Amino acid sequence: MSTAHPAVLHHQFDTLEQQKESATLGMWLFLVQEILFFGGLFMAYMLYRWRDPQAFAAGSHELDITLGLVNTVILIASSLTMAMAVHSAQTDKNKALVRYLVATGILGLAFLVIKYFEYSAKWEHHLVPGPNFHFPELAIDGRAEIFFSLYFAMTGMHALHMVVGLVLLGWLLVPAARGRFNSQYHNPIECFGLYWHFVDIVWIFLFPLLYLIGRHYHGAV
Amino acid sequence: MSSEAMAAERPNYLNATTGLKSWLLTLDHKRIGILYLLGVSAFFVLGGIFAMLIRLELVTPAGDLVQPDAYNRLFTSHGVLMVFFFLIPAIPGVLGNFLIPIMIGTKDLAFPRLNLLSWYLFMAGGTMALGGIIAGGVDTGWTFYTPYSSTYTMTAVIPVGLGVFVNGFSGILTGLNFMVTIHRMRAPGMTWFRLPLFVWSHYATSLIQVLGTPVLAITLVLLVFERAFHIGVFDPTRGGDPVFFQHLFWFYSHPAVYIMILPSMAVISELIAAFARKRIFGYHAVAFASIGIAVLGFLVWGHHMFVSGQSVYAGTAFSLLTMLVAIPSAIKVFNWSFTLYQGSVSFQTPMLYALGFIGLFMIGGLTGVFLGTLGFDVHVHDTYFVVAHFHYVMVGGTIMGYLGGLHYWWPKITGKLYPEFWGKISALLVFVGFNLTFFPQFLLGYMGMPRRYHAYPEEWQVLNVLSSAGASILGLGFVLPVLYFAWSLKKGPLAGRNPWGARGLEWETDSPPPTLNFDEPPVMNHEVYPYADGEPGSTSGMKPASAH
Ligand SMILES: [Cu+2]
Repeated sequence: MSTAHPAVLHHQFDTLEQQKESATLGMWLFLVQEILFFGGLFMAYMLYRWRDPQAFAAGSHELDITLGLVNTVILIASSLTMAMAVHSAQTDKNKALVRYLVATGILGLAFLVIKYFEYSAKWEHHLVPGPNFHFPELAIDGRAEIFFSLYFAMTGMHALHMVVGLVLLGWLLVPAARGRFNSQYHNPIECFGLYWHFVDIVWIFLFPLLYLIGRHYHGAV
Repeated sequence: MSSEAMAAERPNYLNATTGLKSWLLTLDHKRIGILYLLGVSAFFVLGGIFAMLIRLELVTPAGDLVQPDAYNRLFTSHGVLMVFFFLIPAIPGVLGNFLIPIMIGTKDLAFPRLNLLSWYLFMAGGTMALGGIIAGGVDTGWTFYTPYSSTYTMTAVIPVGLGVFVNGFSGILTGLNFMVTIHRMRAPGMTWFRLPLFVWSHYATSLIQVLGTPVLAITLVLLVFERAFHIGVFDPTRGGDPVFFQHLFWFYSHPAVYIMILPSMAVISELIAAFARKRIFGYHAVAFASIGIAVLGFLVWGHHMFVSGQSVYAGTAFSLLTMLVAIPSAIKVFNWSFTLYQGSVSFQTPMLYALGFIGLFMIGGLTGVFLGTLGFDVHVHDTYFVVAHFHYVMVGGTIMGYLGGLHYWWPKITGKLYPEFWGKISALLVFVGFNLTFFPQFLLGYMGMPRRYHAYPEEWQVLNVLSSAGASILGLGFVLPVLYFAWSLKKGPLAGRNPWGARGLEWETDSPPPTLNFDEPPVMNHEVYPYADGEPGSTSGMKPASAH
């Protein structure tokens, strides 16, 4: 191998440009795969919502819209800090990069903590599907259960992606703190940014679908 | 002799480093290909043992070898292991991994670490599934239909389902890796229309892996959630819809058939060109037919649900769309046939497998058109006609391509020649054995023998005995290559760079290739398959290294 091979260039690539393009394309393809993964859940949501809009409206009504809204704001803020982190890496501002990554991590953690409180409240109110499930309006007890099945499957899958994101973030903080990223080499930060924004966007869809739509529907139950 | 000895001494990917660790932590796509070879072979043997037990039970009409419960476990284990851990990963994992970087003239896949991770996910998934099969078995059929799988069966659905889930990510990541590699790593001059058709077909396969497999993944997650945490998604007693499970499952599992057959078609294109000494007739049409199959494959899943309570209109649409898949498939078969016309055809082992593929694929494909026809499908639904059809397509198709490719590139992979005579015998045994096993099943199915039963009325015994006899011949055809490949590793003559006199970048480097594939980065300065008109075929068979 030629001695001109920079240390951050992996052996299979010829140029940093090629390495960067490959990583970015790989990340986009991974996100396409993620869209289809979540797609199955959204399909389930559409099918069952179409079949039983009243039960879904009643289910929405039991969700805590304040916490949901706060979490939405937190995630949008974290997307901003993430975008700033990428920008800092591109412009050789290493201290700012570390600061913005830490801020993104804190916001992500805050989201999960709030989610935890939301989940435990559901548990106390017997809104977790299974043998203990009891819906306040007994007439649609059985039908509302599927709303909460989807609520937990969708937000749970989203939260799992947040946890993975936080682990990756911690893993990237070490080289970032050591000043490994600069305007020449920053594609790990960029790719992670793509992932983080994707996870945010999933929430942007989940929030209205689960918390907002049909919330004020008062048709026959 | 001395030049041979020197050739053997040259550093290559096999002798570059030694020790178990150098294999288990390798980032070399060629070594990872070998790891897949070992993995898929192991699962093939296990799946094959289950198949032999099934055929043994069906020799007599009475259910005398196993009880119905055990029989359910047998065919489920056979299906799960063969579909998810052999047919799907075999050709991309072994041949795709080994050949794609070499064929496009680069040093490795774009993401070597991810490639190794794919192999570990494959092995981990396989181990989990196997653990479930040993610990309690699973009796749902490989299709895991709800609500039986999520609520009623007492068997180990969760570990097997999670095993398939984990293995799915192996396929997704392999597909992603191939796609990025093909987009971004091609050698100078290697334009899209100079790519070997092997690469085109693997690109189409990767497209399905990346777009289809995640849907299976989420479906299995929901199935496991329903079973483990009693949330309702598919079980009607909990408000779910079981037909919804079938939609999601087949949205992946119909295209999955093309994950199995497209890599095989990839191999066949290479074999036909090499052994007819001609550029593939209608190169562009064959390349786009691969993409066409991948795209159309996503629009036909409903043909698995003609009798599942899907509306008549949906059924009709799916029936028509299913017929459309026959068009790109036929384009391939016609173009291969035209390539043979006036070519210098020679009948070496790989070519025998290639011709066998065309025969089996035509029978499998045409019966697929029968089954896509609503009225006929209702008549033979859930009979051995369906079993025979999908074995012809999935198994016949994949195995013929896999074995043909393995023979063709064996000298490249190992640097050794295998005994051609025994190769031809094995190809013949596999072809005869396969047809004897599965053709009688078309007749049985047409007469109404249902699948998944361990006993049957006496008048069907003759055909069942024929089928079991065919399975024994097929088994023998699979054992033979194991023996002579092992022999060739020890004692086979050295292969030299290009024992077949074939064209393609993989034949322009050493056998076995060096770790970085080429001594000098290659440049592609001519069209693909540059065979001269009237070039003589390799009737003398493989040429050893000394003749080079
Ligand atoms: Cu199908």
